Amino acid sequence: MTTVATDAVMDYDEAMTKFDPVMGLEVHVELHTATKMFCGCPTEFGAEPNSQVCPVCLGLPGALPVVNEKAVESAIRIGLALNCEIAEWCRFARKNYFYPDMPKNFQTSQYDEPIAFEGHLDVELEDGSVYRVEIERAHMEEDTGKSLHIGGATGRIHGADHSLVDYNRAGIPLIEIVTKPMVGAGERAPEVAKAYVSALRELLRALDVSDVKMEQGSMRCDANVSLRPRVGDPLDQAQLAVPLGTRTETKNVNSLRSVERAVRYEISRHAAILDGGGSILQETRHWHEDTGITTSGRVKSDAEDYRYFPEPDLVPVAPTRETVETLRGTLPEPPGLRRKRLQSDWGYSDLEMRDVVNAGAVELIEETVAAGASAGAAKKWWLGEPSRRANAEGQDIVTYAAGLGLTPAHIAELDGLVAAGRLNDSMARQVLDGVLAGEGTPTAVADARGLELVQDDGALEAAVDKVIEANPDLAAKIRDGKVAAAGALIGQVMKEMKGQADAGKARELILAKLQ
Amino acid sequence: MTDLPTDLTRATAADLAGALASGAISSVEVTQAHLDRIAAVDGQVHSYLHVDEAGALAQARAIDDRRQAGETLGALAGVPIAVKDVMTTKGLPTTCGSRILEGWIPPYDATVVSKLREAGLPILGKTNMDEFAMGSSTEHSAYGPSHNPWDLARIPGGSGGGSSSVLASFQAPLATGTDTGGSIRQPAAVTATVGTKPTYGGVSRYGLVALASSLDQAGPCGRTVLDTALLHAVMGGHDPMDSTSIDAPVPPVVEAARAASVKGMRIGVVKELGGEGYQPGVRARFDESVALLEELGAEVVEVSCPNFEYALAAYYLILPSEASSNLAKFDAMRYGMRVLPEGVDAPSAEQVMAATRDAGFGPEVKRRIILGTYALSSGYYDAYYGSAQKVRALIAQDFDNAYAQVDVLVSPTAPTTAFKLGDKLEDPMAMYLNDIATIPANLAGVPGMSIPSGLADEDGLPAGIQMLAPATKDDRLYSVGAALEAALVDRWGGPILDRAPVLGAAAAKGA
Ligand SMILES: [Zn+2]
Repeated sequence: MTTVATDAVMDYDEAMTKFDPVMGLEVHVELHTATKMFCGCPTEFGAEPNSQVCPVCLGLPGALPVVNEKAVESAIRIGLALNCEIAEWCRFARKNYFYPDMPKNFQTSQYDEPIAFEGHLDVELEDGSVYRVEIERAHMEEDTGKSLHIGGATGRIHGADHSLVDYNRAGIPLIEIVTKPMVGAGERAPEVAKAYVSALRELLRALDVSDVKMEQGSMRCDANVSLRPRVGDPLDQAQLAVPLGTRTETKNVNSLRSVERAVRYEISRHAAILDGGGSILQETRHWHEDTGITTSGRVKSDAEDYRYFPEPDLVPVAPTRETVETLRGTLPEPPGLRRKRLQSDWGYSDLEMRDVVNAGAVELIEETVAAGASAGAAKKWWLGEPSRRANAEGQDIVTYAAGLGLTPAHIAELDGLVAAGRLNDSMARQVLDGVLAGEGTPTAVADARGLELVQDDGALEAAVDKVIEANPDLAAKIRDGKVAAAGALIGQVMKEMKGQADAGKARELILAKLQ
Repeated sequence: MTDLPTDLTRATAADLAGALASGAISSVEVTQAHLDRIAAVDGQVHSYLHVDEAGALAQARAIDDRRQAGETLGALAGVPIAVKDVMTTKGLPTTCGSRILEGWIPPYDATVVSKLREAGLPILGKTNMDEFAMGSSTEHSAYGPSHNPWDLARIPGGSGGGSSSVLASFQAPLATGTDTGGSIRQPAAVTATVGTKPTYGGVSRYGLVALASSLDQAGPCGRTVLDTALLHAVMGGHDPMDSTSIDAPVPPVVEAARAASVKGMRIGVVKELGGEGYQPGVRARFDESVALLEELGAEVVEVSCPNFEYALAAYYLILPSEASSNLAKFDAMRYGMRVLPEGVDAPSAEQVMAATRDAGFGPEVKRRIILGTYALSSGYYDAYYGSAQKVRALIAQDFDNAYAQVDVLVSPTAPTTAFKLGDKLEDPMAMYLNDIATIPANLAGVPGMSIPSGLADEDGLPAGIQMLAPATKDDRLYSVGAALEAALVDRWGGPILDRAPVLGAAAAKGA
C-alpha cells in the first residue's frame, strides 16, 4: 500500500508575480537505425522480449562494441540541424553505475567530448513570436533495457514481487540533446517548453532520424525547473542577473501536453515551498500523467559519482570536415522556413495553414499539388472526409490514408475531374467515398457508379425552360435584378437533371434567359 | 624432415605439423598422446581447469578426415592446443579462474578461438590463470595454483601459469595467452618456454574476458620461437568485431623466425631494466645472451628510457580503473554465480549483486576493484587516472626515442626466477614488482617476447630474456629470438627443457 502525499502548490499567476522560472530540457531520442549502437541486432519496436539480443548488447564477458557509423552520421546531422559545432575528434566514455537493466553496469555514452555542442533552435510560439533555445550539447549513447515490475500496487520497483528485464532496447542508439538554462520566458515558460519539444520533434522527423514517438518512448523528455525571486520583467538585466535557484529534474514527461503541465506544476510547487520559507531539495521527480502531479524520486547527492572515463574499447570518432559538409548538404529545409514557404506558395491564411499543420497534412498537400491539383482543392479534399474519418479512427491522416491506399495522386485526379467539368462537388464526394471504400481510382469509381455531368446542353436548356415556366414569381424577381433568387431555380434544375448537371452552367443559362 | 621422437608430446609443433601434413601421423594419435600425458601429469602440475577429451578427439578426427579427403589445410592443422581460460569457448566452460563464472558455458567463441578452430587445432582444454588475469603466479586462481614443472613447489608465473606449465610439462605443444602487464612473458621466462605479446591490436580481443581493455593483448605461447610464430600467424589479423584491432596483415613472423638473423641489427639494452633488484643469475644469463647477439652480428648499445621508473605506478592506476568498470558486469543478473544475502527476506537486485560479488570475487580482484573505483572517483580522477595517462604518454615517447636509435630493445623478462608458492602472496607490492620489466610494453602498445636465456646459477631455475620491438614490427622479435635461440640451444647441446625434472609415473618410479 502506498500513499502519495500531495504537495502544496501556489496558484500559477500568483507564483509568477513572485518568481522567475528557469528551465533546462534534456531530450533523449532513439535513432531509427536498422541496427543497434554497438552491435548488429535489429532495433524494431515491440518484438518478443529478449529476441533482439547478442553477446554485445547483453554485456556477455568478452564481447566488444563496434560503433554504428549510421548512428554517428545521424548524430552529426542532428547537431548541424541544431546549428551546433561538430567535434573534430571526440570519444565515448563509460558512465559507471549498477542497475539490472544495464547489461554492463556502465552505459557507453559521451562525457566531456560530445559530438555536437554550442547550437540553438528558434522556436515559434502561438502568437508568432520566436524564442531562441540555446543548445549546450548533443551526444551519443546507448539505451538501457526495460524493467517490468510484477506485483505490488504501483508498477514501480518498490513493493514489486519480482522484476523482469527485456534487453531488446539495450544498446539502441540514443542522442541526448541538452539545452542551456532557458531564461527570460517568464510566465510563458510552460508554453516555451512545449513549443521547444514540439519544434525539436518536427525537426527530427524532417531529418528522418527517429520515429519520435513520445508514447512509445522513442523520444523522452526530462524537464529541469528552478525558480529565482522575481525582481523585474523576465528579460530585464536585473532579473537575468539573479542567481539560479535549486533545480529539480522531472523524468518521464512523455507527451507534449505533459511537458507543459509538468513544468507548470513544478513552478507552482517550487513557489509554494519557497514562499513558505522552505528550500528546494535537488532531486529527481516522477511525473504522473493521470493525476498531473510529480512525486519525489531519487535524491541527487554528491555521492552520485559516475566515474566517467574514456571508453577504452572504442577508437575516437573523428569526422573529417568533408564528411561534415557532405552531411550538411543532406539537411532538410528547416521546418519553420519550409512552412512559411509553403504557406506563401499555396496562398493560405495563417489560420488555414495552422489547420493543415495540426491535421498533419502538409506533406500530403505538397504531394497533391505536385501531382497537379490546386492548393485550395488539395486542402479542401484532404481536410474533409479523409481527415474526419482519420480523427474518428484515432489515427493520423498519413497513416490512415496509407492504410486505405488513398494517395495524393487520387486527390489530384479527383480535382482534375471536377476542373474538367465531368463531376460537380457532390458527385466528387461520392467518388471519394468510393475510393475510400477501395473501389479503385476516382475515374474508375465515377465510371462504375455512372457519375457524370450531363454535357447535352439541349437537355439542360429544356430543364431550365421548364423550371422558369413553373416559377413565374421567381423569374420575375430575377428579371427585376434580384439575382440571388437564381439559387432556388438552380436547385430545381438540378433536381430535374437528377443531380447530373453542372450547376454553373445552369446558372448561366437561367440568367441569360431572364436578363 | 626431422625424425619425430617416440613420445609425440616431446615434439615441436612445427615437426608435428610436418608429420601430419605428410601423413606420417594422424591428429587423433597426436591428440591422444597429449590427453594421455595430461592424465599422467596434470594431477601434479594442475595446468588445466577443464580438459575436453571428447571434443579434442572429435576435432582431431574431423581434421584427419579432411586431410584424407585431400583438402588443403592450414600449417598447424591437427596440432592440438591448450586455451587460456580467459577466452570464451562455445560449449566449453570459461571461468577466468573465478568462482563468479563457475559453471558458465559461453554461447560464443572468442575470435581467437574461432581462428584456432578454422585452422584445425584441436582444443585440449582450458588452462589455469590468476583470477581475471590479476597476478603473477596463478595463486590467485579460485581453483588453486598451477605448479612449475621445474620445481613443483614454485610458481609457474602468472597470470598465464596454466599455459606456461602446460608447455613446460609437455601437456600441449602450443597454448594461448593474454598479456596485460606480462602475463604471457613472465610465465614463459620462469618455465623456460617462449611467449609473445603482439602489438596492441595485432590479435583480436573479441571474446577475451577483459581485464584492462587498453592493455590486454592475446598472444601465442610455445616451446620454440618458430612454433610461437606459427601460432602467432594463426591468431593474428584484423577483426571487425574489435574496434581497436589493426587493419593490416599479420607481420611476417614465420618468415622472420625461419630467417633467424640479427646481422646488421642495432639492439639496445634498456639501462633502467636491470641492475638493482634483479637476481644475479638472471643478470648473468642476460649478459651472456647479449654477448651472443653481438657475436651473431648485431650491434649492441645501451639505451635509456628514463620514464620507465614510473611505469609500475601508472600501470597500477590504469589497470584497476579499467578493471573496476570491466568487472562490473558480473552481477548475478544474467549469468554466472548468484548468491542470496543471508538473513534478508526479499532481497533487492542490488543486495543480490553485492552478495554475489562479495562471495564470487577473490581478495586480489576486490583489492583492484576498490583501487580502481577510488582512482576514478570525482575529485581524484585528475590526480590518479589523469596523471597515469600522462606517464603513459611519456613512456611511449621513451620507446619512440629508443627506436630512433635501435631496431630492438632487450632486457631480462622478470627480475627473478620462479619464487616459491606462498612466498609473495601476502605482499602485493612484491608480487607486482615481478612485472616491472614487462609493463612498459603494455603501456605503449609495443610488441614483446620472452625466450629462455638459461638457468640461474644460484637456484638452477630458468631465466628469460625479453625482446621489444616498435609497434607492428613483431617480426623483428622473431628474427632476434630465433637467432638467439639457435645459438643458445647450440651452446646448451639441446633444448633447455630437456633438463627439467621428469614428472608423472616415471618420476614416481625414479624416486
Ligand atoms: Zn546485440
